[in-house]
Amino acid sequence: MIMIEARAVIRWYHEWIAVFIALLLTAVTVSVLLSSLGLDPISSLQRIFIRPLNSVYGVSELLAKATPLITIGVALALGFRAGIWNIGAEGQLVMGGLCGGAVALAFWNIDGFWVMPLILLGGTLGGLAWGAIPAFLKVRFNANEILVSLMLTYVAILLLSVMVHGPLRDPTGFNFPESRLFHDDATLPKLFPAGRGHLGFVFALIFAVLGTWVVKRWHLGFEMRVTGLSTTAAKFAGYNRDRTVWMALLIGGGMSGFAGVVEVTGNIGQLVPNISPSYGFTAIIVAFLARLHPLAVIPAGLLVALSYLAGEAAQLSLGIPAASTQVFQGLLLFFLLGASLLVNYRIRFWRVA
Amino acid sequence: MNKSGVVLGLLALVAIVVAVVSFEPAEKKEKVVVADKTKVGFVYVGPVADAGWTYEHDRGRLAVEKEHGAKVETVFVESVSEGPDAERVIAQMAADGADMIFTTSFGYMNPTIKVAKQFPNVKFEHATGYKRADNVATYSSRFYEGRHVLGLIAGKMTKSNTIGYIASFPIPEVVRGINAAYLAAKSVNPEVQFKVIWVSTWFDPGKEADAAKALIDQGADILMQHTDSAAPMKIAEERGIYAFGQASDQAAYGPNAQLTAIIDDWAPYYVRRVGEAMNGSWSSTDTWGGFDTGMVALAPYGKAVPDDVKAMAEEAHKAITEGRLHAFTGPVNKQDGSPWLKAGETADDGTLLGMDFYVEGIEGSLP
Repeated sequence: MIMIEARAVIRWYHEWIAVFIALLLTAVTVSVLLSSLGLDPISSLQRIFIRPLNSVYGVSELLAKATPLITIGVALALGFRAGIWNIGAEGQLVMGGLCGGAVALAFWNIDGFWVMPLILLGGTLGGLAWGAIPAFLKVRFNANEILVSLMLTYVAILLLSVMVHGPLRDPTGFNFPESRLFHDDATLPKLFPAGRGHLGFVFALIFAVLGTWVVKRWHLGFEMRVTGLSTTAAKFAGYNRDRTVWMALLIGGGMSGFAGVVEVTGNIGQLVPNISPSYGFTAIIVAFLARLHPLAVIPAGLLVALSYLAGEAAQLSLGIPAASTQVFQGLLLFFLLGASLLVNYRIRFWRVA
Repeated sequence: MNKSGVVLGLLALVAIVVAVVSFEPAEKKEKVVVADKTKVGFVYVGPVADAGWTYEHDRGRLAVEKEHGAKVETVFVESVSEGPDAERVIAQMAADGADMIFTTSFGYMNPTIKVAKQFPNVKFEHATGYKRADNVATYSSRFYEGRHVLGLIAGKMTKSNTIGYIASFPIPEVVRGINAAYLAAKSVNPEVQFKVIWVSTWFDPGKEADAAKALIDQGADILMQHTDSAAPMKIAEERGIYAFGQASDQAAYGPNAQLTAIIDDWAPYYVRRVGEAMNGSWSSTDTWGGFDTGMVALAPYGKAVPDDVKAMAEEAHKAITEGRLHAFTGPVNKQDGSPWLKAGETADDGTLLGMDFYVEGIEGSLP
């Protein structure tokens, strides 16, 4: 008979080793897959995972890709700890991009150092408002925040589409659904001479540190954690569940909105109907990969971002199909989560007499 | 302490990765050896196996390989979303040594222009856009010529006088297609009605199939689509009605259902442009080819098309190819009743390229 039981002693380096083993297993499995396609595994692995980072340009692009994943991942980690399942970060990101972009377009011909902060504020408020809807409905009517926030994602995407096809469309753009390009004061400064890594990444790092501080040192963070672990215990301790709901969704909405406006002003430079390749959903994976620890979201976000770049590199240099990205990601997650399970639990085999 | 373990572990991984980055002498040498080949890159919006838009672009790529043989090397990246990822993929291709890059969807326009500035020696070709530069050419096809023929067939063959139209995004190209098909259908059947569903995607078999079912339930007995999958064709086949293939011959998905299909044949254009790039005669141009250039073609007519309808379609096809017939010939009013084209007047390319209105008779409004 097989039994899974909790380990009594867990040392800090166990997780460390588990991560290493998981990465090794991923590399081995991907190698097997690659050799079955008739490719040399070592040089292929190098082309897929190392070559995208082999230049300032590549690293810069990696940071650009990881920026929204980390920003949202931190916010979701905080919310998930409180047991508030904000699945609609994608919609909050889109609203942030839309509102911030609308501010940028309102000042499309006005320069000034104050334009950028205003745009960022607009985007954050947009996401905040979108996160406030499921919070209000949960507090007031006990509506399930998973469903409400998820459904609002589609509303947000359609709203962006309407605005870009209509009022925010570039008047000189032959009626194509794209806004004007933002001018220089309305785009975030770049970090490197090459690639699109931008100031947003620095914000993401700051958020991760702040998030850790909230979790570790702030009473509210403790309150949210207790509520997440046991609502009954929280009630006995006199904690206000409604406040936790509001905080989790407002933090999630505000930061996702911020990620959206940063993406639009740092990476795209205009409003288009499609501003996010599902960053809001991918960030859920990032948050869990980091075990809901805000600081661990940084490497987790970089790793997931790399897996996207790797998928493109695989197509470009090896000619293997786009689905390979999903296979790499799937394998990586499978091994990482599996290894984590085995750190905290062990499998015992014993005979039934 | 577990948590910091994760942090440390993942940070260590990043450190290792960055450290290994500098070791790569073998790759560099290899590049020099293949430098005399012309490297041509393609960026696709859907999967190569979409059986429509991207599939045809990839056939164009294969034609380039076949025609120019050992002198070219082609690479492609599929399913690149039209958002922030596009710029990275295009730039990566250029950085990897591509001499020429075809970006095959409208949404790649600004990313293409941006990357082209950073790589002045790489030649870019952007499909269906309007922004050009010294090293960025644009190209598209007059699909509306094909839509005219489809409209004629649909108008003649519908029993319920209801044509279902699955549309993607209300950009001029799509609106033009709806208008062209409607005007043609109405010219042979004054009772005909178009029902349009906007699915806000170029490729989503699930959504396209749902739209097809909804249209059939509303009485449509012929489907047209401006999305890239073969899903609507399969639904038409299942329900025993007719449909037109999109971008590629989709008879395999609807052997009884397909009346004909508009085929986007990019091969002649790609082969020619790559040739020009190799012999140095390439320049930034704007190409909008129709039946006459071979860039738009029609699939063989289906079994269900009666001989008289076939004859009419063939005659229209021929007349457009020879320049005797224009799909937009007046008198035509806009949807709100205001006059657009006077009797005998044909539409100019400028208006067609920016078309953002329905013609009179189409119900509903543009999203």
